[in-house]
Amino acid sequence: MASNIEATISIEQQAHRDDVGARMGMWLFLFTEILLFGGMFLIYAVYRYQYPDQFHLAGMELNTGIGTLNTIILLTSSLTMALSIAAIQKKNKALSIIMLSSTLLFALLFMVNKFFEWSAKISHGIFPGSKELLEKQNGEILFFGLYYVMTGLHAFHIIIGIVILTFMLVFLIRNKITSDNYVKLENSGLYWHLVDLIWIFLFPLFYLIQ
Amino acid sequence: MINEAANPGEKSFYQVSTNKHTGILSWLLTVDHKRIGIMYLIAILSFFLVGVVIGLFMRWELMFPGKTIMEAQTYNTLFTLHGVIMIFLFIIPGLPAIFGNFFLPIQLGAKDVAFPRLNLLSFYIYVIGAILVLVSLFLPGGPIDTGWTFYIPYSIRTSTNVSMAIFAAFILGFSSILTGINFVTTVHRLRAPGMTWFRMPLFVWSTYATAWIQIIATPVIGITILLVIIERAFGVGIFDPALGGDPILFQHLFWIYSHPAVYIMILPAMGVVSEIIPTFSRRTIFGYKQIAYSSLAIAFVGYLVWAHHMFTSGMSDTSRWIFSLLTFIVALPSGVKIFNWVATMYKGSIDPQVPFLWVMSFIFLFSIGGLTGLVVGALATDVHLHDTYFVVAHFHYVMFGGTGTIFFAALHYWFPKMFGKMYNKRFAVISVVLFFIGFNMLYFPKFILGYMGMPRRYYDYLPEFASLQLVSTIGSWILAGAIFFVVGYLIHALYKGKKATANPWGGVTLEWHIASPPPMENFHEIPTITHEPYDFSQLKEMKYGE
Repeated sequence: MASNIEATISIEQQAHRDDVGARMGMWLFLFTEILLFGGMFLIYAVYRYQYPDQFHLAGMELNTGIGTLNTIILLTSSLTMALSIAAIQKKNKALSIIMLSSTLLFALLFMVNKFFEWSAKISHGIFPGSKELLEKQNGEILFFGLYYVMTGLHAFHIIIGIVILTFMLVFLIRNKITSDNYVKLENSGLYWHLVDLIWIFLFPLFYLIQ
Repeated sequence: MINEAANPGEKSFYQVSTNKHTGILSWLLTVDHKRIGIMYLIAILSFFLVGVVIGLFMRWELMFPGKTIMEAQTYNTLFTLHGVIMIFLFIIPGLPAIFGNFFLPIQLGAKDVAFPRLNLLSFYIYVIGAILVLVSLFLPGGPIDTGWTFYIPYSIRTSTNVSMAIFAAFILGFSSILTGINFVTTVHRLRAPGMTWFRMPLFVWSTYATAWIQIIATPVIGITILLVIIERAFGVGIFDPALGGDPILFQHLFWIYSHPAVYIMILPAMGVVSEIIPTFSRRTIFGYKQIAYSSLAIAFVGYLVWAHHMFTSGMSDTSRWIFSLLTFIVALPSGVKIFNWVATMYKGSIDPQVPFLWVMSFIFLFSIGGLTGLVVGALATDVHLHDTYFVVAHFHYVMFGGTGTIFFAALHYWFPKMFGKMYNKRFAVISVVLFFIGFNMLYFPKFILGYMGMPRRYYDYLPEFASLQLVSTIGSWILAGAIFFVVGYLIHALYKGKKATANPWGGVTLEWHIASPPPMENFHEIPTITHEPYDFSQLKEMKYGE
């Protein structure tokens, strides 16, 4: 008797599905992400107002080329992400898998670029607490501090995104995500677009203020 | 409407597992909101008692001038731990995580929260955070000694385990955010048919407002704490004046979260009061919509008053008086609530049962706390009283006298529903009285001491403060005695208490329509709501008292 009741209950719980609710939860979560980065942008605004010239000076040392390349990569990855969702909606599983895989590829490419960019900076002795950096003016120290913290936090979000999207790829292949049940993929897409959006603000604030 | 209680042979949620396991695993892996609520209750109550014991030791040390039982450094870590445990582990999650989890879905007529598995996850995140706090005590370097506000620059200079302890606060923030997201979505998506926004019980309204603050405010402390950890590890300089950073900026960011956090603490308590007063006055709540809107107003205005913690830290005069003005404005919606509660009782048929007595004690203590809040919210007086015992007393009257008292009120109000047992009412009345006496003895002298100039967080004091400090310490024993007495007779009631009926108090919100303790899925079928939330004419349909 008891096991019977349990069985029906677990079935009912699996059957409960609320895509609108799931999307709402995701939007609320993204809202918290914006506020998390919002704190950083606030700090950036305060110090840029306090040290405008030194921020300008420090911004000259960033590699605009790599920054632009990474912006293009991320924007394209957002496009392939959106296409992957559109493909599964249109019941084209193969295309959806291809698009999601290319999103992952772009994400990895972004991280590779980031790695070279950071290693170049570090090899020039510019990293928090380094002797070279401490000899610079306060505004420049803060600029590079913010640069490492903000792009680092963003890169951390990319890594989490790579993990999530890998799971989604597995779900797609195993038919856990289908043309009538794709809210997981959609929510991962929302997250990915947010990460992209944050980069769109980081890029001009750090690379283009020269 | 619904008549669910008449189903004698039915199994309660204690007897039905939501997963394939039985025994302890059926609890640890459960996704049932009621079981998760009970697990939170056990965890949070345990940490509360730890916080109480630490408080007792602090009072013991302050009983006489000079060293009484411990070294100054021990005292520093104790007041930090008392703050961290009470704030991050007890009072912020307290009401939403325990009673919100248990009763929000039931009061909405839902079978569970919107994301049951996420709910379990946020419980485990809470546990991980709590474990990190405890681990940080025993690592080399010693327990954190910065005070619960972690003010820079001391928190990046001290050699104690600051990083670990504040990382725990960061983790606990995640738990809070996930609970908030879960509750907002639940209220939007899972209201039963006929449960319009203005038929929701006021506890739901206030939990909803709280959930929004949890979502909006918590990420800011998250990033601030991360920055302190990064600062300690790498010396980035963002808050370090030696590298051009600004320690005041840390205070701003800290209070952007931590002031709204006091509304995370108090709003659900106000919701509980709005449940208990109509039930024991047998009268619909006075000004339902005003109370509902005032919760939202408190949540909104409360977000904009943070810098009143920093009147003496260095701010422009303009911002000081703006923040002072906003602080006065936030007192208005709180006043609206107090007046509405009192007006609800007017011409009601008052039945002063135990939960009602706790609420009376709340109204008295919280009014003192609120009014003294205006004293420290005014610029001129704050300069005199800032960082004295006056602030400590105000804070404890609001938080402990407010939320803490209501924690016990909610526990006594819903205990029969949650556990299906009734406690000894005579013991309960004695405990309220003891609590009230002990509370005022402990904290009221601090108003006077603070006014006389006793600074907060000091290990030692001048001889002229000795007699009031002694009174305060004796009060702490009475208060702690009352608390342990409550815990004792409630645990006793679990085993030996009389069986509670489905509706022992004559309440009419949805939880009183179902059995005590509730069945696994709360309702056999989702109810259709046809009444206002506090329409006591339903009692006849519910066959109350027959």
